[in-house]
Amino acid sequence: MKILVCISTVPDTTSKINFVDENRAFDTQGVTFIINPNDEFGLTRAIWFQQKEGAEVTVVTVGDSSCEPILRKCLAIGADRAIRIDTVPQDGLSVASQLADLAKREAFDLIITGRESIDYNGGMVGAMLATFLKIPYLANCIHIEKEGDRYNLEREMDGGKELLNGSLPLVIGAQKGLVEEKDLIIPNMRGIMQARQKPLDVIQPQEIKVATAVESFEKPPAKGPVKLIDPTNIEGLIDLLQNEAKVL
Amino acid sequence: MSVIVYIESQDQEIKKSSLEVASYGRAIADASGTELIAVSFGLDDTSILKHYGVDLIYAISTEEEVYFNSDRLSTTLAKIASEEGSQIIVFSSSANARYIAPLTAAKYEAAYFSNVIGLPLSYKPLTVKRSCFTNKAFNLSTSQKDLAVLSLSSNSFGIIEKEGKGLSKSSAYQESTSDLKVRSVEKTANKVTIADADIVVSGGRGLKGPEHWHLIEDLANVLGAATACSKPVSDMGWRPHSEHVGQTGKPVASNLYIAIGVSGAIQHLAGINSSKVKVVINNDPEAPFFKAADYGIVGDAFEVVPTLIEKLKALKGV
Repeated sequence: MKILVCISTVPDTTSKINFVDENRAFDTQGVTFIINPNDEFGLTRAIWFQQKEGAEVTVVTVGDSSCEPILRKCLAIGADRAIRIDTVPQDGLSVASQLADLAKREAFDLIITGRESIDYNGGMVGAMLATFLKIPYLANCIHIEKEGDRYNLEREMDGGKELLNGSLPLVIGAQKGLVEEKDLIIPNMRGIMQARQKPLDVIQPQEIKVATAVESFEKPPAKGPVKLIDPTNIEGLIDLLQNEAKVL
Repeated sequence: MSVIVYIESQDQEIKKSSLEVASYGRAIADASGTELIAVSFGLDDTSILKHYGVDLIYAISTEEEVYFNSDRLSTTLAKIASEEGSQIIVFSSSANARYIAPLTAAKYEAAYFSNVIGLPLSYKPLTVKRSCFTNKAFNLSTSQKDLAVLSLSSNSFGIIEKEGKGLSKSSAYQESTSDLKVRSVEKTANKVTIADADIVVSGGRGLKGPEHWHLIEDLANVLGAATACSKPVSDMGWRPHSEHVGQTGKPVASNLYIAIGVSGAIQHLAGINSSKVKVVINNDPEAPFFKAADYGIVGDAFEVVPTLIEKLKALKGV
């Protein structure tokens, strides 16, 4: 079983979000970058398949050399090899089309993307990649396990979950629930040392396809101060919600 | 030329988010001088769509299929969009809609914008405002393609009644070659979902244990609200992680968000930032949530919430 896990590098979840270059670019100053959390849930499940069924786990990212520490971290977590496609992602289509070119050259059985990245929140790469490869896509995947020569899967939906059955090849959109937070692997010294010896191949992009362009960013307007209501004046709260906020 | 909207229904009732999507599609059709087409699946009565601005309705019969089939739905939508020469296809931001929207877009390598929060700012080229960085920022994006697919953020436009032509047309439910099949669906009790809710009531660690969750549930019941929880609460297993809202959980874009015993970690606040009015009840006046909230009560949830439930019951006459 060959697994490809697609990795995005994103600002740490506690980062302050600011913009530079007349609000055209994200201000990376002082920002720590991490593996996109949804991708990390997917990577952790891939490592589970590696340990349980001897799967070979490849991680890939589309990005410049600044992404390499994150790929090394994936190798330290346990991935067998890493690939960096050397182009700066422009939108979801540009990433999905590059990944599709790679996946067409190497036959992966299971491809894992995060449900969405926590920076752009596009939520499209997995679906587009699967469409380009003409294989099925399961969004919001919270379970995948082998049964016979097929796989049982689960998708989290609004107000419940779907239980599915399918065969490989397949693309899944990983999220919390696929593994629990406590199952995430913190690289140990042995893993970090081994990661230095593992292959990290840099490959050139194929034809670059783009569908959208970000023109500018803006931050939400500053919020006024909270209106405090005395705990003995619940009527006061209800009155404000009814007559001022008009939400009751 | 046309705008297409994808209509979702549950138990033969059109979802409110779909009426919002239809209203939004009508406004785009008016601004660009074109027609609004609605596509529904397995829905018997589509007559009300006419009152939300729909000119042409495709009510697709899904035959014996009882489960959501992402492949058949997206293929059918893409085919209709192609036959109708559509420039824009609009989806809601429900989990199902956000599943099939990028599948539909990918078939034509169309431009896809999720989390769109208002009408396009321009049409040539198409420019939209969408939220990013988990609601900590917005970006203006333009399309470089003739076809654009949009997912509209819940409660960002509103429902507007307007008469459309209300004609109907039929089209086949496209076949699927995928062997990924739904076997069954497990629903969490018959409750309002976070995605559909106007009001969300959320509980945090301040509630001290799952045995006190009746406070959250009773308040949600009287308000017709969905229940949610913070990350530590789901990590400790007090509540299922489908209720976890925040950066790695579900996003919330309700009209009213009531947080009880939630301190307001930055990841939690990011996830609920799109909600219009935020109320916090917490006994710690230093809780970060007070900086993000519109209304706050510094007090003991175990005293404040029962009183709030009682007063709301009296108000609603239940």
